[in-house]
Amino acid sequence: MDSLRVSMAVFKRELRSYFESPVAYVFIVAFLLLTGFLTFSVTQFYERGVADLQPFFFWHPWVYLLLIPAATMGLWAEERRSGTIELLLTMPVTMTQAIMGKFLAAWLFITLAIALTLPVVFTTGYLGDPDLGVAFSGYLGSALLAGACVAIGMLASSTTRSQVIAFVVSLIVCLVLLLAGWPPVTGFFVRWAPTWLVDAIAAFSLMPHFESMQRGVVDLADIGYYVSVIVFMLFATHLVINNRKSA
Amino acid sequence: MITTSNLHKHFGRIHAVRGVSFSVQKGEVLGFLGPNGAGKTTTMRMITGFLPPSSGTATVCGHDVSDAPVEAKRVIGYLPENAPLYGSMTVRDLLTFAAEIRGFRGKARAARVDAAIEKCRLGSVRNQSVATLSKGYRQRTCFAQAVLHDPPVLIMDEPTDGLDPNQKHVVRLMIREMAAEKAIIVSTHILEEVDAVCTRAIIISNGTVVANGTPDELRARSGSGRLDDVFRKLTLGEEDVTNG
Repeated sequence: MDSLRVSMAVFKRELRSYFESPVAYVFIVAFLLLTGFLTFSVTQFYERGVADLQPFFFWHPWVYLLLIPAATMGLWAEERRSGTIELLLTMPVTMTQAIMGKFLAAWLFITLAIALTLPVVFTTGYLGDPDLGVAFSGYLGSALLAGACVAIGMLASSTTRSQVIAFVVSLIVCLVLLLAGWPPVTGFFVRWAPTWLVDAIAAFSLMPHFESMQRGVVDLADIGYYVSVIVFMLFATHLVINNRKSA
Repeated sequence: MITTSNLHKHFGRIHAVRGVSFSVQKGEVLGFLGPNGAGKTTTMRMITGFLPPSSGTATVCGHDVSDAPVEAKRVIGYLPENAPLYGSMTVRDLLTFAAEIRGFRGKARAARVDAAIEKCRLGSVRNQSVATLSKGYRQRTCFAQAVLHDPPVLIMDEPTDGLDPNQKHVVRLMIREMAAEKAIIVSTHILEEVDAVCTRAIIISNGTVVANGTPDELRARSGSGRLDDVFRKLTLGEEDVTNG
């Protein structure tokens, strides 16, 4: 109980810090403009004449790829740069509490931005009769995918005091994990790698799990996949910070 | 209340702290002296649980910092070097955060924050964001977060560094006000500070303790009776003596 309260204090501070600076507002506006533009103009939401959310969810991974590293790059890098990591970690906080608090704050912040896209669902509902179950599972998948990207971004941020490095590293890692199952990428491996390795690389991909949820299939295996990516990244963050506190 | 025994710290091949042992009792203000790079900050970071010691132990109020870090951190108030603070927060929010993390809720929390603001004379800037504060106010805000929970142990890394004479005076006054009921460690390389606030001083050089005694005892170790001379004699390496 007490341990939860400490995590909550870290969580609240982190979430507030997004809104105390222009970061939150710039981020949310950019997120909405980008998803709107991609959905309505690039995939021609109206012109295709089908009232479903497929063209909307299709873009989520790519918007996350660009924006989530920006939202998470400061989580630990800024603490390192400004020296507040020393302040934070000499307070009666365990590393797990600090990491959980920060992760949940960043994740909730992104989820908030996702929730603001709900008018797209209403629009679709006005135009036709979309399957709301599919919309729900799409949002669930999207939020889980975002959580995995946030966890990756936080790990990248924990390794450096430079936010630019944190941004670039998490962008690259997210890109690799998004593309891992894509035929041109697996095709590149198929030519020389054994099948089990190709399958293993493809299995790590963030994308297929999201794609099936986008189609309305909520499989525990997909949820389990995202949860294990998140847990792994948080655990790695724990190790990195423990080993390089003052770097 | 604070005991360190044979603390060592390695950073890769650098042996920054080499077997530091000392203890501080309630009512003592220990001056931690030494040239830059002597290992003062590293030693303090090991006592406050920020860095794990490579070997040796640090105990605060009976809690081993490595075995019971959270318990130890609860009884410590720490002012890190350069007073790092979250720039986007206001003084009030920052202290509220510190109070919350230290387990104060509701009215108790508000009372702690108000008392710390009062004690550190921060009333006029309570709603100002930390990034806009002058160095002196930043230092005092960080000091306020360190004393907010009225800790029995207070550790301060160069609390008067970069302050003007008036601000230094205020900080020293605050340290003296609290000296009687706490065990305090203050690191500094300003020797006048030792006379101003400390009951005892340790000189550390190249990671080892080279002197430990009251300011008067240390003075007696030099012919001239001046702290500067003791400091120079004990901390200058052989190659430096010629350079000055």
